[in-house]
Amino acid sequence: MTVATVPQGARPKTFDKGRLLVYAVLLIASAFFLTPLWVMLMTSFKTMAEIRQGQILAWPQHFTVDAWFKAWSSACTGLTCDGIRVGFWNSIRILVPSVILSIALGGLTGYAMTFYRVRGANLLFAILLIGAFIPYQVFIYPMVRLFSIIGIYDSLTGIVVVHIVFGLSLMTLLFRNYFSSLPIELFNAARVDGAGFLTILRHVVLPMSAPIIIVATILQVTGIWNDFILGLTFAGRDNRPMTVLLNNIVNSQQGEAAYDVDMAATILTAIVPLAVYFASGRWFVRGVAAGAVKG
Amino acid sequence: MDKPKAMAGSRAYSLWRRQAPAAIALIPAAVMVVTIYLGAMLWTVRLSFSSSKMLPVFDLVGLQQYDRLFATERFVLSSWHIALFGVLFIAGSLAIGFLLAVFIDQKVRFEDAFRTIFLYPYSMSFIVTGLAWQWFLNPSLGLQKVVRDLGFANFTFDWLVQPDLVMFTLVIAAIWQASGLVMAILLAGLRGVDSELWKATQIEGIPTWRVYMSIVLPMLSPMLVTASVLLAVSVAKLYDLVVAMTKGGPGLSSEVPAKFIMDNFFERANVGLGSAAATMLLVTVVALVGPWIYVEHLRPRRNKA
Repeated sequence: MTVATVPQGARPKTFDKGRLLVYAVLLIASAFFLTPLWVMLMTSFKTMAEIRQGQILAWPQHFTVDAWFKAWSSACTGLTCDGIRVGFWNSIRILVPSVILSIALGGLTGYAMTFYRVRGANLLFAILLIGAFIPYQVFIYPMVRLFSIIGIYDSLTGIVVVHIVFGLSLMTLLFRNYFSSLPIELFNAARVDGAGFLTILRHVVLPMSAPIIIVATILQVTGIWNDFILGLTFAGRDNRPMTVLLNNIVNSQQGEAAYDVDMAATILTAIVPLAVYFASGRWFVRGVAAGAVKG
Repeated sequence: MDKPKAMAGSRAYSLWRRQAPAAIALIPAAVMVVTIYLGAMLWTVRLSFSSSKMLPVFDLVGLQQYDRLFATERFVLSSWHIALFGVLFIAGSLAIGFLLAVFIDQKVRFEDAFRTIFLYPYSMSFIVTGLAWQWFLNPSLGLQKVVRDLGFANFTFDWLVQPDLVMFTLVIAAIWQASGLVMAILLAGLRGVDSELWKATQIEGIPTWRVYMSIVLPMLSPMLVTASVLLAVSVAKLYDLVVAMTKGGPGLSSEVPAKFIMDNFFERANVGLGSAAATMLLVTVVALVGPWIYVEHLRPRRNKA
Protein backbone atom coordinates (compact mmCIF):
# COMPACT_ATOMS: atom_id res chain seq x y z
CA MET A 1 0.00 0.00 0.00
CA THR A 2 1.42 3.33 -0.93
CA VAL A 3 0.40 6.30 1.12
CA ALA A 4 1.42 9.64 -0.24
CA THR A 5 4.14 11.01 2.00
CA VAL A 6 5.08 14.52 2.90
CA PRO A 7 6.81 16.04 -0.12
CA GLN A 8 10.57 15.74 -0.08
CA GLY A 9 13.25 17.63 -1.91
CA ALA A 10 13.71 21.23 -2.67
CA ARG A 11 10.66 23.38 -2.49
CA PRO A 12 11.57 27.00 -2.92
CA LYS A 13 8.60 28.27 -0.99
CA THR A 14 8.60 28.54 2.77
CA PHE A 15 7.44 25.44 4.57
CA ASP A 16 5.37 27.08 7.22
CA LYS A 17 3.12 25.63 9.85
CA GLY A 18 0.08 26.06 7.69
CA ARG A 19 1.36 23.73 5.02
CA LEU A 20 2.39 21.22 7.61
CA LEU A 21 -1.15 21.26 8.93
CA VAL A 22 -2.57 20.76 5.46
CA TYR A 23 -0.47 17.67 4.85
CA ALA A 24 -1.08 16.35 8.36
CA VAL A 25 -4.83 16.56 7.88
CA LEU A 26 -4.68 14.96 4.44
CA LEU A 27 -2.51 12.11 5.71
CA ILE A 28 -4.75 11.43 8.69
CA ALA A 29 -7.78 11.47 6.41
CA SER A 30 -6.00 9.08 4.04
CA ALA A 31 -5.35 6.73 6.95
CA PHE A 32 -9.05 6.82 7.84
CA PHE A 33 -10.04 5.99 4.28
CA LEU A 34 -7.41 3.31 3.73
CA THR A 35 -7.58 1.46 7.04
CA PRO A 36 -10.63 -0.70 6.30
CA LEU A 37 -9.10 -1.80 3.01
CA TRP A 38 -5.78 -2.46 4.72
CA VAL A 39 -7.48 -4.51 7.44
CA MET A 40 -9.38 -6.55 4.85
CA LEU A 41 -6.20 -7.28 2.92
CA MET A 42 -4.17 -8.21 5.99
CA THR A 43 -6.91 -10.44 7.36
CA SER A 44 -7.21 -12.27 4.08
CA PHE A 45 -3.49 -13.15 4.12
CA LYS A 46 -3.43 -14.45 7.68
CA THR A 47 -4.12 -17.85 9.17
CA MET A 48 -7.14 -18.18 11.45
CA ALA A 49 -4.82 -18.92 14.38
CA GLU A 50 -3.19 -15.55 13.89
CA ILE A 51 -6.50 -13.76 13.38
CA ARG A 52 -7.69 -15.02 16.77
CA GLN A 53 -4.85 -13.06 18.37
CA GLY A 54 -6.57 -9.90 17.20
CA GLN A 55 -3.80 -7.85 15.61
CA ILE A 56 -5.99 -6.69 12.76
CA LEU A 57 -3.64 -3.92 11.65
CA ALA A 58 -0.48 -6.00 11.72
CA TRP A 59 1.32 -7.52 8.77
CA PRO A 60 0.76 -11.32 8.65
CA GLN A 61 3.34 -13.42 10.49
CA HIS A 62 2.63 -16.36 8.22
CA PHE A 63 1.67 -14.96 4.89
CA THR A 64 -0.75 -17.25 3.09
CA VAL A 65 -3.09 -17.04 0.15
CA ASP A 66 -5.10 -20.13 1.13
CA ALA A 67 -8.10 -18.02 2.10
CA TRP A 68 -8.23 -16.55 -1.39
CA PHE A 69 -8.42 -19.97 -3.00
CA LYS A 70 -11.01 -21.09 -0.48
CA ALA A 71 -13.08 -17.96 -0.98
CA TRP A 72 -12.94 -18.31 -4.73
CA SER A 73 -13.68 -22.00 -5.10
CA SER A 74 -14.88 -23.69 -1.92
CA ALA A 75 -16.55 -21.25 0.47
CA CYS A 76 -20.05 -22.37 1.46
CA THR A 77 -23.36 -20.67 0.92
CA GLY A 78 -26.01 -22.74 2.57
CA LEU A 79 -25.60 -26.31 1.39
CA THR A 80 -23.35 -25.74 -1.60
CA CYS A 81 -19.64 -25.11 -1.27
CA ASP A 82 -18.55 -23.85 -4.66
CA GLY A 83 -17.09 -20.55 -3.56
CA ILE A 84 -17.75 -17.02 -4.64
CA ARG A 85 -16.71 -17.77 -8.23
CA VAL A 86 -20.27 -18.89 -8.94
CA GLY A 87 -21.43 -15.40 -8.04
CA PHE A 88 -18.65 -13.84 -10.07
CA TRP A 89 -19.77 -15.59 -13.24
CA ASN A 90 -23.42 -14.88 -12.47
CA SER A 91 -22.59 -11.21 -12.08
CA ILE A 92 -20.76 -11.24 -15.41
CA ARG A 93 -23.73 -12.87 -17.11
CA ILE A 94 -26.04 -10.26 -15.61
CA LEU A 95 -23.67 -7.38 -16.22
CA VAL A 96 -22.89 -7.72 -19.91
CA PRO A 97 -26.41 -7.71 -21.37
CA SER A 98 -27.68 -5.24 -18.75
CA VAL A 99 -24.96 -2.69 -19.44
CA ILE A 100 -25.18 -2.92 -23.21
CA LEU A 101 -28.96 -2.86 -23.41
CA SER A 102 -29.51 -0.15 -20.81
CA ILE A 103 -27.00 2.14 -22.51
CA ALA A 104 -28.51 1.46 -25.92
CA LEU A 105 -32.02 2.18 -24.72
CA GLY A 106 -31.00 5.22 -22.70
CA GLY A 107 -29.08 6.60 -25.68
CA LEU A 108 -31.98 6.05 -28.04
CA THR A 109 -34.47 7.59 -25.63
CA GLY A 110 -32.22 10.55 -24.89
CA TYR A 111 -31.66 11.12 -28.61
CA ALA A 112 -35.36 11.02 -29.46
CA MET A 113 -36.12 13.37 -26.58
CA THR A 114 -33.44 15.90 -27.43
CA PHE A 115 -33.69 16.36 -31.17
CA TYR A 116 -37.34 15.65 -31.79
CA ARG A 117 -40.48 17.05 -30.33
CA VAL A 118 -42.69 14.16 -29.50
CA ARG A 119 -45.81 14.99 -27.61
CA GLY A 120 -45.61 13.76 -24.06
CA ALA A 121 -41.82 13.33 -24.13
CA ASN A 122 -41.30 15.95 -21.46
CA LEU A 123 -43.80 14.27 -19.20
CA LEU A 124 -42.05 10.97 -19.84
CA PHE A 125 -38.75 12.54 -18.91
CA ALA A 126 -40.17 14.08 -15.75
CA ILE A 127 -41.50 10.73 -14.55
CA LEU A 128 -38.23 8.99 -15.38
CA LEU A 129 -36.31 11.59 -13.46
CA ILE A 130 -38.48 11.41 -10.37
CA GLY A 131 -38.33 7.62 -10.61
CA ALA A 132 -34.57 7.75 -10.17
CA PHE A 133 -35.00 9.08 -6.65
CA ILE A 134 -37.64 6.66 -5.46
CA PRO A 135 -36.47 3.62 -3.49
CA TYR A 136 -36.94 0.27 -5.21
CA GLN A 137 -39.16 -0.86 -2.34
CA VAL A 138 -41.96 1.22 -3.81
CA PHE A 139 -42.00 -0.82 -7.04
CA ILE A 140 -40.65 -4.16 -6.03
CA TYR A 141 -43.65 -6.16 -4.88
CA PRO A 142 -45.92 -5.52 -7.88
CA MET A 143 -42.92 -6.14 -10.15
CA VAL A 144 -42.42 -9.56 -8.61
CA ARG A 145 -46.08 -10.38 -9.26
CA LEU A 146 -45.94 -9.01 -12.78
CA PHE A 147 -42.74 -10.89 -13.60
CA SER A 148 -44.24 -14.12 -12.26
CA ILE A 149 -47.24 -13.69 -14.51
CA ILE A 150 -45.15 -13.18 -17.63
CA GLY A 151 -42.76 -15.92 -16.56
CA ILE A 152 -39.48 -14.05 -16.14
CA TYR A 153 -39.34 -13.97 -12.34
CA ASP A 154 -36.29 -15.72 -10.89
CA SER A 155 -34.44 -15.75 -14.20
CA LEU A 156 -31.53 -14.13 -15.96
CA THR A 157 -33.95 -12.41 -18.33
CA GLY A 158 -35.86 -11.05 -15.36
CA ILE A 159 -32.88 -9.47 -13.64
CA VAL A 160 -31.58 -8.01 -16.91
CA VAL A 161 -34.98 -6.45 -17.63
CA VAL A 162 -35.04 -5.00 -14.10
CA HIS A 163 -31.62 -3.43 -14.60
CA ILE A 164 -32.71 -1.96 -17.92
CA VAL A 165 -35.88 -0.55 -16.40
CA PHE A 166 -34.17 1.05 -13.43
CA GLY A 167 -31.13 2.09 -15.45
CA LEU A 168 -33.35 3.97 -17.88
CA SER A 169 -33.69 7.06 -15.65
CA LEU A 170 -30.02 7.73 -15.24
CA MET A 171 -29.09 6.74 -18.78
CA THR A 172 -31.75 8.92 -20.36
CA LEU A 173 -30.74 11.85 -18.18
CA LEU A 174 -27.07 11.43 -19.06
CA PHE A 175 -27.65 11.19 -22.80
CA ARG A 176 -30.29 13.89 -22.91
CA ASN A 177 -28.04 16.34 -21.10
CA TYR A 178 -25.09 15.45 -23.28
CA PHE A 179 -27.01 15.68 -26.55
CA SER A 180 -28.44 19.05 -25.54
CA SER A 181 -24.89 20.36 -25.36
CA LEU A 182 -24.06 19.28 -28.91
CA PRO A 183 -24.29 21.92 -31.65
CA ILE A 184 -27.82 21.73 -33.01
CA GLU A 185 -26.59 23.06 -36.37
CA LEU A 186 -25.02 19.71 -37.20
CA PHE A 187 -28.32 18.00 -36.63
CA ASN A 188 -30.24 20.60 -38.66
CA ALA A 189 -27.76 20.40 -41.51
CA ALA A 190 -28.11 16.63 -41.66
CA ARG A 191 -31.86 16.93 -41.67
CA VAL A 192 -31.84 19.48 -44.47
CA ASP A 193 -29.78 16.99 -46.41
CA GLY A 194 -32.65 14.58 -46.04
CA ALA A 195 -31.15 12.28 -43.43
CA GLY A 196 -33.68 10.34 -41.40
CA PHE A 197 -33.93 9.45 -37.73
CA LEU A 198 -31.57 6.48 -37.75
CA THR A 199 -29.13 7.93 -40.27
CA ILE A 200 -28.58 11.02 -38.15
CA LEU A 201 -28.24 8.86 -35.06
CA ARG A 202 -25.65 6.62 -36.67
CA HIS A 203 -23.63 9.08 -38.70
CA VAL A 204 -23.93 12.37 -36.84
CA VAL A 205 -24.80 11.80 -33.20
CA LEU A 206 -23.15 8.48 -32.42
CA PRO A 207 -19.66 9.48 -33.63
CA MET A 208 -19.75 12.39 -31.18
CA SER A 209 -20.99 10.32 -28.28
CA ALA A 210 -17.85 8.45 -27.23
CA PRO A 211 -17.30 10.48 -24.03
CA ILE A 212 -20.81 10.01 -22.74
CA ILE A 213 -20.82 6.32 -23.64
CA ILE A 214 -17.65 5.88 -21.59
CA VAL A 215 -19.22 7.70 -18.65
CA ALA A 216 -22.41 5.67 -18.97
CA THR A 217 -20.45 2.42 -19.09
CA ILE A 218 -18.51 3.29 -15.94
CA LEU A 219 -21.69 4.17 -14.08
CA GLN A 220 -23.59 1.09 -15.20
CA VAL A 221 -20.76 -1.38 -14.69
CA THR A 222 -20.14 -0.22 -11.12
CA GLY A 223 -23.83 0.31 -10.37
CA ILE A 224 -25.02 -3.06 -11.64
CA TRP A 225 -22.07 -4.94 -10.19
CA ASN A 226 -22.72 -3.39 -6.78
CA ASP A 227 -26.45 -4.03 -6.85
CA PHE A 228 -27.73 -6.22 -4.07
CA ILE A 229 -31.45 -5.77 -3.58
CA LEU A 230 -32.49 -6.33 -7.20
CA GLY A 231 -30.28 -9.38 -7.63
CA LEU A 232 -31.55 -10.76 -4.35
CA THR A 233 -35.16 -10.31 -5.39
CA PHE A 234 -35.26 -11.02 -9.10
CA ALA A 235 -32.29 -13.13 -10.19
CA GLY A 236 -33.37 -16.42 -8.67
CA ARG A 237 -31.34 -19.18 -7.04
CA ASP A 238 -29.26 -20.00 -10.11
CA ASN A 239 -28.26 -16.45 -11.00
CA ARG A 240 -27.52 -14.83 -7.67
CA PRO A 241 -24.96 -12.07 -8.24
CA MET A 242 -21.66 -11.89 -6.38
CA THR A 243 -22.87 -9.38 -3.76
CA VAL A 244 -25.74 -11.65 -2.73
CA LEU A 245 -23.48 -14.69 -2.54
CA LEU A 246 -20.91 -12.73 -0.57
CA ASN A 247 -23.47 -11.70 2.01
CA ASN A 248 -24.65 -15.30 2.27
CA ILE A 249 -21.12 -16.59 2.75
CA VAL A 250 -20.31 -14.11 5.48
CA ASN A 251 -23.59 -13.64 7.30
CA SER A 252 -25.06 -17.12 7.32
CA GLN A 253 -22.18 -19.18 8.56
CA GLN A 254 -22.52 -21.71 11.33
CA GLY A 255 -19.89 -21.96 14.02
CA GLU A 256 -16.78 -19.83 14.11
CA ALA A 257 -16.58 -17.32 11.32
CA ALA A 258 -13.73 -17.85 8.85
CA TYR A 259 -12.69 -14.22 8.79
CA ASP A 260 -9.78 -14.86 6.44
CA VAL A 261 -12.08 -16.39 3.83
CA ASP A 262 -14.75 -13.74 4.44
CA MET A 263 -12.34 -10.90 3.80
CA ALA A 264 -10.83 -12.55 0.73
CA ALA A 265 -14.34 -13.00 -0.66
CA THR A 266 -15.18 -9.40 0.16
CA ILE A 267 -12.15 -8.06 -1.68
CA LEU A 268 -12.83 -10.36 -4.61
CA THR A 269 -16.32 -8.88 -4.85
CA ALA A 270 -14.93 -5.34 -4.77
CA ILE A 271 -12.25 -5.99 -7.38
CA VAL A 272 -14.30 -5.29 -10.49
CA PRO A 273 -15.63 -1.85 -9.43
CA LEU A 274 -12.25 -0.96 -7.92
CA ALA A 275 -10.52 -1.88 -11.17
CA VAL A 276 -13.00 0.25 -13.10
CA TYR A 277 -12.42 3.08 -10.65
CA PHE A 278 -8.63 3.01 -10.74
CA ALA A 279 -8.50 2.49 -14.49
CA SER A 280 -10.94 5.26 -15.28
CA GLY A 281 -9.45 7.97 -13.07
CA ARG A 282 -11.02 11.32 -13.79
CA TRP A 283 -13.70 9.70 -15.94
CA PHE A 284 -15.21 8.22 -12.82
CA VAL A 285 -15.42 11.65 -11.22
CA ARG A 286 -16.96 12.96 -14.38
CA GLY A 287 -19.50 10.19 -14.29
CA VAL A 288 -20.33 10.90 -10.69
CA ALA A 289 -20.82 14.56 -11.47
CA ALA A 290 -22.78 13.96 -14.68
CA GLY A 291 -24.99 11.27 -13.26
CA ALA A 292 -25.68 13.24 -10.15
CA VAL A 293 -28.91 11.38 -9.58
CA LYS A 294 -27.29 8.07 -8.76
CA GLY A 295 -28.15 6.91 -5.27
CA MET B 1 -29.50 25.44 -25.87
CA ASP B 2 -32.61 25.94 -27.85
CA LYS B 3 -34.34 22.93 -29.21
CA PRO B 4 -35.91 23.12 -32.67
CA LYS B 5 -39.22 24.88 -32.34
CA ALA B 6 -42.28 23.13 -33.61
CA MET B 7 -43.91 24.73 -36.62
CA ALA B 8 -47.35 26.21 -36.43
CA GLY B 9 -50.52 24.12 -36.81
CA SER B 10 -50.88 24.03 -40.61
CA ARG B 11 -47.82 21.90 -41.04
CA ALA B 12 -48.83 19.63 -38.24
CA TYR B 13 -49.19 16.59 -40.43
CA SER B 14 -45.79 16.75 -42.08
CA LEU B 15 -44.29 17.52 -38.74
CA TRP B 16 -45.94 14.44 -37.33
CA ARG B 17 -44.52 12.33 -40.11
CA ARG B 18 -41.07 13.63 -39.41
CA GLN B 19 -41.45 12.96 -35.70
CA ALA B 20 -42.97 9.50 -36.10
CA PRO B 21 -39.66 7.57 -35.88
CA ALA B 22 -38.80 9.43 -32.69
CA ALA B 23 -42.20 8.61 -31.26
CA ILE B 24 -41.67 4.95 -32.08
CA ALA B 25 -38.23 5.06 -30.49
CA LEU B 26 -39.79 6.31 -27.28
CA ILE B 27 -42.23 3.42 -27.05
CA PRO B 28 -39.99 1.07 -24.99
CA ALA B 29 -39.30 3.84 -22.51
CA ALA B 30 -42.96 4.75 -22.39
CA VAL B 31 -43.98 1.15 -21.77
CA MET B 32 -41.52 0.86 -18.89
CA VAL B 33 -42.63 4.14 -17.39
CA VAL B 34 -46.30 3.26 -17.61
CA THR B 35 -46.01 -0.30 -16.32
CA ILE B 36 -43.28 0.04 -13.71
CA TYR B 37 -42.64 3.66 -12.75
CA LEU B 38 -46.35 4.43 -12.62
CA GLY B 39 -48.11 1.07 -12.68
CA ALA B 40 -46.11 -0.73 -10.03
CA MET B 41 -46.00 2.38 -7.87
CA LEU B 42 -49.77 2.87 -7.97
CA TRP B 43 -50.26 -0.84 -7.40
CA THR B 44 -48.20 -0.58 -4.23
CA VAL B 45 -50.24 2.39 -3.07
CA ARG B 46 -53.43 0.50 -3.88
CA LEU B 47 -52.30 -2.55 -1.91
CA SER B 48 -51.66 -0.35 1.10
CA PHE B 49 -55.44 0.17 1.34
CA SER B 50 -56.17 -3.56 1.15
CA SER B 51 -56.07 -6.33 3.71
CA SER B 52 -53.43 -8.30 1.72
CA LYS B 53 -51.47 -10.76 3.79
CA MET B 54 -49.42 -13.33 1.90
CA LEU B 55 -51.06 -12.73 -1.47
CA PRO B 56 -52.46 -9.50 -2.82
CA VAL B 57 -56.20 -9.06 -2.48
CA PHE B 58 -58.11 -6.09 -3.79
CA ASP B 59 -60.55 -5.29 -1.07
CA LEU B 60 -60.64 -1.87 0.56
CA VAL B 61 -60.04 -1.55 4.26
CA GLY B 62 -59.39 2.16 4.42
CA LEU B 63 -56.46 3.24 6.53
CA GLN B 64 -56.36 0.07 8.57
CA GLN B 65 -52.86 -0.86 7.42
CA TYR B 66 -51.60 2.60 8.27
CA ASP B 67 -53.11 2.39 11.74
CA ARG B 68 -51.37 -0.93 12.18
CA LEU B 69 -48.15 0.48 10.75
CA PHE B 70 -47.91 3.29 13.25
CA ALA B 71 -48.79 0.92 16.04
CA THR B 72 -45.97 -1.41 15.01
CA GLU B 73 -42.98 -0.82 17.24
CA ARG B 74 -40.56 -2.01 14.63
CA PHE B 75 -41.72 0.55 12.10
CA VAL B 76 -41.75 3.42 14.56
CA LEU B 77 -38.25 2.51 15.69
CA SER B 78 -37.12 2.18 12.08
CA SER B 79 -38.39 5.69 11.34
CA TRP B 80 -36.53 7.17 14.29
CA HIS B 81 -33.39 5.31 13.30
CA ILE B 82 -33.48 6.55 9.74
CA ALA B 83 -34.11 10.13 10.89
CA LEU B 84 -31.11 9.99 13.21
CA PHE B 85 -29.01 8.30 10.56
CA GLY B 86 -30.10 10.80 7.91
CA VAL B 87 -29.23 13.90 9.91
CA LEU B 88 -25.85 12.62 11.09
CA PHE B 89 -24.88 11.04 7.80
CA ILE B 90 -25.75 14.06 5.67
CA ALA B 91 -24.19 16.57 8.07
CA GLY B 92 -21.10 14.43 8.55
CA SER B 93 -20.56 13.71 4.87
CA LEU B 94 -21.02 17.37 3.92
CA ALA B 95 -18.64 18.56 6.64
CA ILE B 96 -15.94 16.00 5.92
CA GLY B 97 -16.38 16.27 2.18
CA PHE B 98 -16.07 20.06 2.36
CA LEU B 99 -12.96 19.92 4.55
CA LEU B 100 -11.31 17.37 2.28
CA ALA B 101 -12.08 19.48 -0.78
CA VAL B 102 -10.68 22.62 0.87
CA PHE B 103 -7.50 20.89 1.99
CA ILE B 104 -6.97 19.29 -1.40
CA ASP B 105 -7.48 22.70 -2.99
CA GLN B 106 -4.37 24.10 -1.25
CA LYS B 107 -2.19 23.27 -4.28
CA VAL B 108 -0.86 20.20 -2.55
CA ARG B 109 1.44 17.65 -4.04
CA PHE B 110 0.04 14.22 -4.82
CA GLU B 111 -3.36 15.75 -5.29
CA ASP B 112 -4.45 12.90 -7.54
CA ALA B 113 -3.37 10.31 -4.99
CA PHE B 114 -5.32 11.97 -2.20
CA ARG B 115 -8.39 12.35 -4.37
CA THR B 116 -8.21 8.73 -5.42
CA ILE B 117 -7.93 7.57 -1.81
CA PHE B 118 -10.89 9.65 -0.64
CA LEU B 119 -13.22 8.58 -3.42
CA TYR B 120 -12.45 4.88 -3.83
CA PRO B 121 -14.95 3.67 -1.19
CA TYR B 122 -17.72 5.21 -3.27
CA SER B 123 -16.99 2.79 -6.09
CA MET B 124 -17.69 -0.22 -3.91
CA SER B 125 -20.89 -1.98 -2.96
CA PHE B 126 -22.61 -1.19 0.33
CA ILE B 127 -22.36 -4.91 1.03
CA VAL B 128 -18.57 -4.70 0.84
CA THR B 129 -18.52 -1.57 2.98
CA GLY B 130 -20.81 -3.16 5.55
CA LEU B 131 -18.79 -6.34 5.83
CA ALA B 132 -15.50 -4.46 6.03
CA TRP B 133 -16.73 -2.27 8.89
CA GLN B 134 -18.47 -5.14 10.62
CA TRP B 135 -15.10 -6.84 10.81
CA PHE B 136 -13.10 -3.70 11.60
CA LEU B 137 -15.43 -2.81 14.51
CA ASN B 138 -15.73 -6.37 15.78
CA PRO B 139 -15.53 -5.89 19.57
CA SER B 140 -13.46 -8.97 20.36
CA LEU B 141 -10.95 -8.94 17.51
CA GLY B 142 -11.21 -5.56 15.84
CA LEU B 143 -10.28 -1.98 16.59
CA GLN B 144 -11.15 -2.24 20.28
CA LYS B 145 -8.68 -5.08 20.75
CA VAL B 146 -5.95 -3.21 18.88
CA VAL B 147 -6.22 -0.18 21.13
CA ARG B 148 -6.42 -2.35 24.26
CA ASP B 149 -3.30 -4.21 23.22
CA LEU B 150 -1.52 -0.89 22.95
CA GLY B 151 -1.93 -0.59 26.72
CA PHE B 152 -5.30 1.13 27.07
CA ALA B 153 -6.91 -1.81 28.83
CA ASN B 154 -10.18 -0.01 29.54
CA PHE B 155 -10.73 1.30 26.05
CA THR B 156 -14.20 0.40 24.81
CA PHE B 157 -15.49 0.75 21.29
CA ASP B 158 -18.15 -1.92 21.07
CA TRP B 159 -20.85 0.17 19.46
CA LEU B 160 -21.64 -2.60 17.02
CA VAL B 161 -23.21 -4.63 19.83
CA GLN B 162 -24.63 -1.72 21.84
CA PRO B 163 -28.32 -1.16 21.06
CA ASP B 164 -28.07 2.57 21.77
CA LEU B 165 -24.98 3.09 19.68
CA VAL B 166 -25.19 0.69 16.77
CA MET B 167 -26.77 3.31 14.47
CA PHE B 168 -23.62 5.37 14.84
CA THR B 169 -21.52 2.56 13.39
CA LEU B 170 -23.74 2.62 10.32
CA VAL B 171 -23.29 6.38 10.15
CA ILE B 172 -19.50 6.03 10.30
CA ALA B 173 -19.42 3.37 7.59
CA ALA B 174 -21.75 5.35 5.35
CA ILE B 175 -19.76 8.57 5.80
CA TRP B 176 -16.62 6.64 4.96
CA GLN B 177 -18.26 5.53 1.74
CA ALA B 178 -19.91 8.79 0.69
CA SER B 179 -17.82 11.76 1.82
CA GLY B 180 -15.48 11.28 -1.13
CA LEU B 181 -18.45 11.93 -3.38
CA VAL B 182 -19.13 15.24 -1.63
CA MET B 183 -15.46 16.09 -1.94
CA ALA B 184 -15.50 15.42 -5.69
CA ILE B 185 -18.59 17.55 -6.22
CA LEU B 186 -17.33 20.45 -4.10
CA LEU B 187 -13.81 20.33 -5.49
CA ALA B 188 -15.24 20.93 -8.94
CA GLY B 189 -16.96 23.99 -7.46
CA LEU B 190 -13.81 25.24 -5.73
CA ARG B 191 -11.93 25.04 -9.01
CA GLY B 192 -14.46 27.44 -10.41
CA VAL B 193 -13.74 30.13 -7.83
CA ASP B 194 -12.21 33.19 -9.46
CA SER B 195 -8.53 33.59 -8.61
CA GLU B 196 -9.16 37.34 -8.34
CA LEU B 197 -11.07 36.60 -5.16
CA TRP B 198 -7.97 35.17 -3.55
CA LYS B 199 -5.83 38.12 -4.61
CA ALA B 200 -8.38 40.59 -3.33
CA THR B 201 -8.84 38.94 0.04
CA GLN B 202 -5.09 38.56 0.43
CA ILE B 203 -4.61 42.27 -0.12
CA GLU B 204 -7.32 42.96 2.42
CA GLY B 205 -5.55 40.65 4.84
CA ILE B 206 -8.55 38.44 5.45
CA PRO B 207 -7.57 35.05 6.88
CA THR B 208 -8.00 32.16 4.48
CA TRP B 209 -10.40 30.20 6.69
CA ARG B 210 -12.61 33.28 6.91
CA VAL B 211 -12.75 33.52 3.13
CA TYR B 212 -13.72 29.88 2.88
CA MET B 213 -16.45 30.12 5.48
CA SER B 214 -17.93 33.51 4.56
CA ILE B 215 -17.41 33.79 0.82
CA VAL B 216 -16.57 30.46 -0.77
CA LEU B 217 -19.06 28.31 1.14
CA PRO B 218 -22.06 30.41 0.07
CA MET B 219 -20.76 30.31 -3.49
CA LEU B 220 -20.81 26.54 -3.35
CA SER B 221 -24.40 26.33 -2.18
CA PRO B 222 -25.80 24.89 -5.44
CA MET B 223 -23.28 22.05 -5.20
CA LEU B 224 -24.03 21.59 -1.53
CA VAL B 225 -27.70 21.27 -2.39
CA THR B 226 -26.96 18.71 -5.11
CA ALA B 227 -24.78 16.71 -2.75
CA SER B 228 -27.43 16.87 -0.03
CA VAL B 229 -30.09 15.57 -2.36
CA LEU B 230 -27.87 12.68 -3.45
CA LEU B 231 -27.10 11.83 0.15
CA ALA B 232 -30.76 12.14 1.16
CA VAL B 233 -31.77 9.70 -1.55
CA SER B 234 -29.25 7.15 -0.32
CA VAL B 235 -30.69 7.59 3.18
CA ALA B 236 -34.16 6.62 1.97
CA LYS B 237 -32.67 3.66 0.11
CA LEU B 238 -30.56 2.50 3.06
CA TYR B 239 -30.88 -1.26 3.04
CA ASP B 240 -27.80 -3.13 1.81
CA LEU B 241 -25.49 -1.59 4.37
CA VAL B 242 -27.75 -2.58 7.24
CA VAL B 243 -28.25 -6.10 5.91
CA ALA B 244 -24.51 -6.64 5.58
CA MET B 245 -23.32 -4.88 8.72
CA THR B 246 -25.88 -5.38 11.49
CA LYS B 247 -28.85 -7.33 10.07
CA GLY B 248 -30.99 -4.80 11.91
CA GLY B 249 -29.63 -5.81 15.29
CA PRO B 250 -28.86 -6.13 18.06
CA GLY B 251 -32.57 -6.71 18.59
CA LEU B 252 -34.39 -4.06 16.61
CA SER B 253 -31.87 -1.35 17.28
CA SER B 254 -30.68 -0.81 13.71
CA GLU B 255 -33.83 -1.63 11.77
CA VAL B 256 -34.65 0.82 8.97
CA PRO B 257 -37.82 1.40 6.88
CA ALA B 258 -36.43 -0.02 3.61
CA LYS B 259 -35.63 -3.25 5.42
CA PHE B 260 -38.98 -3.27 7.20
CA ILE B 261 -40.68 -3.15 3.82
CA MET B 262 -38.59 -5.95 2.30
CA ASP B 263 -39.09 -8.19 5.32
CA ASN B 264 -42.85 -7.68 5.33
CA PHE B 265 -43.13 -8.34 1.60
CA PHE B 266 -40.94 -11.39 1.33
CA GLU B 267 -40.54 -12.96 4.74
CA ARG B 268 -43.43 -12.02 6.97
CA ALA B 269 -46.21 -12.35 4.41
CA ASN B 270 -47.57 -8.94 5.29
CA VAL B 271 -48.02 -7.40 1.87
CA GLY B 272 -50.58 -4.81 2.98
CA LEU B 273 -48.44 -3.56 5.83
CA GLY B 274 -45.31 -3.53 3.68
CA SER B 275 -47.16 -1.55 1.02
CA ALA B 276 -48.30 1.00 3.58
CA ALA B 277 -44.70 1.44 4.72
CA ALA B 278 -43.53 1.70 1.10
CA THR B 279 -46.15 4.36 0.45
CA MET B 280 -44.94 6.34 3.46
CA LEU B 281 -41.41 6.11 2.09
CA LEU B 282 -42.62 7.29 -1.32
CA VAL B 283 -44.44 10.28 0.13
CA THR B 284 -41.42 11.26 2.20
CA VAL B 285 -39.00 11.06 -0.72
CA VAL B 286 -41.25 12.99 -3.09
CA ALA B 287 -41.79 15.71 -0.48
CA LEU B 288 -38.05 15.97 0.15
CA VAL B 289 -36.61 15.91 -3.35
CA GLY B 290 -39.60 16.91 -5.48
CA PRO B 291 -38.96 20.66 -5.21
CA TRP B 292 -35.29 20.19 -6.01
CA ILE B 293 -35.99 18.06 -9.08
CA TYR B 294 -38.38 20.70 -10.35
CA VAL B 295 -35.97 23.59 -9.88
CA GLU B 296 -32.93 21.74 -11.12
CA HIS B 297 -34.24 19.78 -14.09
CA LEU B 298 -37.81 20.49 -15.04
CA ARG B 299 -38.41 24.20 -14.62
CA PRO B 300 -38.48 25.87 -18.03
CA ARG B 301 -35.32 27.90 -18.36
CA ARG B 302 -35.16 31.35 -19.84
CA ASN B 303 -32.33 32.31 -22.19
CA LYS B 304 -29.40 30.68 -20.56
CA ALA B 305 -26.60 32.70 -22.09
